[in-house]
Amino acid sequence: MLSIKNLHARVEGREILKGLDLEVKAGEVHAIMGPNGSGKSTLVHILAGRDGYEVTAGSVTYLGMDLLSMPPEERARAGVFLAFQYPVEIPGVNNVYLLKAAYNAIRKQRGEPQMDAMDFLTVVKAKMQFMGIDPSFLNRAVNEGFSGGEKKRNEILQMLVLEPRLALLDETDSGLDIDALKIVAQGINKLRSPEHAMVMVTHYQRLLDYVQPDVVHVLADGRIIKSGDKQLALELERRGYDWVLAEAAA
Amino acid sequence: MNAVAEALRPYTEGFAALTSAHADKAPWLINLRRDAFAHFTAQGFPGEREEDWKYTSLRPLEKRRFVSTQSIPEQIQPALLEPVLLCEQPAYKLIFINGRYAPALSDAVDGVSGLRITELSTSLKHDARSLQPWLTPETIWKRDSFTALNTAFLQDGVLIECDADVHLELPLQLIFVSHQQPQPGACYPRILLKLGARSQATVIETYYGLVGSANFTASVTQVLLDDSASLEHMHIHRESPGDFHVSRVAIDLQRASSYTSHTFNLGGLWIRTDLQARLQAPQARTVFNGLYTVNGRQHVDNHTCIEHLSPETRSDELYHGIIGGHAHAVFNGKVIVAKHAVKTDAAQSNNNLLLSRGAEIDTKPELEIYADDVQCSHGATIGQLDKQALFYLRSRGIDEQSARDMLMEAFAYRLIERIAAPELRAYAARQVNQVLPGMTAVMEQS
Ligand SMILES: Nc1ncnc2c1ncn2[C@@H]1O[C@H](COP(=O)(O)OP(=O)(O)O)[C@@H](O)[C@H]1O
Ligand SMILES: [Mg+2]
Repeated sequence: MLSIKNLHARVEGREILKGLDLEVKAGEVHAIMGPNGSGKSTLVHILAGRDGYEVTAGSVTYLGMDLLSMPPEERARAGVFLAFQYPVEIPGVNNVYLLKAAYNAIRKQRGEPQMDAMDFLTVVKAKMQFMGIDPSFLNRAVNEGFSGGEKKRNEILQMLVLEPRLALLDETDSGLDIDALKIVAQGINKLRSPEHAMVMVTHYQRLLDYVQPDVVHVLADGRIIKSGDKQLALELERRGYDWVLAEAAA
Repeated sequence: MNAVAEALRPYTEGFAALTSAHADKAPWLINLRRDAFAHFTAQGFPGEREEDWKYTSLRPLEKRRFVSTQSIPEQIQPALLEPVLLCEQPAYKLIFINGRYAPALSDAVDGVSGLRITELSTSLKHDARSLQPWLTPETIWKRDSFTALNTAFLQDGVLIECDADVHLELPLQLIFVSHQQPQPGACYPRILLKLGARSQATVIETYYGLVGSANFTASVTQVLLDDSASLEHMHIHRESPGDFHVSRVAIDLQRASSYTSHTFNLGGLWIRTDLQARLQAPQARTVFNGLYTVNGRQHVDNHTCIEHLSPETRSDELYHGIIGGHAHAVFNGKVIVAKHAVKTDAAQSNNNLLLSRGAEIDTKPELEIYADDVQCSHGATIGQLDKQALFYLRSRGIDEQSARDMLMEAFAYRLIERIAAPELRAYAARQVNQVLPGMTAVMEQS
């Protein structure tokens, strides 16, 4: 589904990604772990199409398409979704209005008819309940005045409504208490299926207790330096990153 | 002939034509016109050195020759007014075309007890004594050149008087239509509004340019609010890309009265509005809301002045501006707190969105506070569309153009949200929606 080959990227002239390779197949859940500043957010931003990054080498293929040549909205319509590490507050833009516009833009791309407002509301309300979000959030401005945990839950709500083929989750677990973490994990697991793939960026083993990854990678200094199964995450939790870094340097 | 006299010539000629017609009966009116016109010619148009006109050049206005002769009101198809007509709810309408009252298009508002509407063109021809206190005080017509000009040429307009304890159920809409003429013309509407104690009303002043119009309007609006009276006052500017407008609005507020304005500058070539409220007695309060969206080579200047002249008065002001193309917007918000006006609460905020490199904004708060124990805040921002928000929306599948539209609408809707009545809110939204999409379309090119 997603194939990243030898990706090099710069931010403001500084090389952040230095030859990154990653293969994700449909149905798989990948976890990416790594020290702060290693380039995890940079990677998912580049995949979602944020500007300000200069790709100097390498390629990204998604469902046979050259992902990097597509504007962000086309990527979203083709099924790529990024749950932001820091969801943006947008005063004056209504939460449900955005959801509906996004939903219909994606349906239009697939050649499906627009869903009418009432049916859409029914679907959204059910998913909000599942995510433990109060219905009053429907008519609030996107993320405005939401607590950290509410923002993260709102990201997962959007994901459940839009049902992306490839979900990129950037530290969706940070800043959550254990109850919120369970709800978020529940949301992620709900989308899991043979057609959907996920890439979860996380610092902690915690989330992985609830969402079992198929593959765990360590991203350090702009490269994937080690990959393994979920045992690797447990080992990182116990021993930290130094041993992996040392191993990679050897 | 020097340049100054040359700029004034159309007005001098127009005034000569007006007085030679000997239409006025009342000596006070004849004298008033003469004095006001003399004051106007002595003052001339304000110069760049005047602080109030620092960012707005009068040159474009002076260069044009607007004939000041008074024409017969034209007839137009009522359907042409649909875009600006309040149709969200029933309303009383008074229509003026190129400044002249158009009875055939207007509603006859009688039978509403406690409400008197006097159309000025007829009453000026008769004795018009009831107009005297509104027009003759020097403090009024000498206030500035444009008010003097309006007074000299005064011909049309309306006096609206609401008795004590009357709650007007229906809004009153005054539509001033700018209509293409063989020669661009000047017109001078006067709106006089008095609300008795505890009365309530909603008034919409709409200035609307039909295709190809390129006229000059110098309007003057005077508002008097008695104790505990309350007025919701909407100003919609949807003039044509060739229209000029100088609008003066002065509001006097008595004890515990309340004035709310919603100004929407959505059109015109060169627009200057001065909104001046005097809070004369305790507990008077005023809310000034404003939105200006300008594009192309438009110029819009909003000057507001709120004078807190009594203790425990409140004012709240929010203006948003969206400026694209090579347009230029000016916002100047003056707040004066007089020495004894303790416990004044005044808040002011002006936020601007610049859509292109060529767009320009001059924003300036002016606080003159002579009292202690007051709460005054002000703030101004100038920025572009939030890039992070744009990316967030696009990452959800919204195309770039729609994402920009969404953010701009959200910015504009902050002002619409401040309208309490749902019908008026819908009306304002319809007005804004008719111009906003054009803003982004132009933005793409710049
Ligand atoms: N917009 C930016 N401008 C400058 N440096 C940046 C920018 N974004 C990221 N970086 C730098 O790139 C490196 C990787 O950042 P990031 O991808 O956010 O790391 P991670 O998510 O793994 O913590 C860091 O050193 C960070 O300071
Ligand atoms: Mg990060």
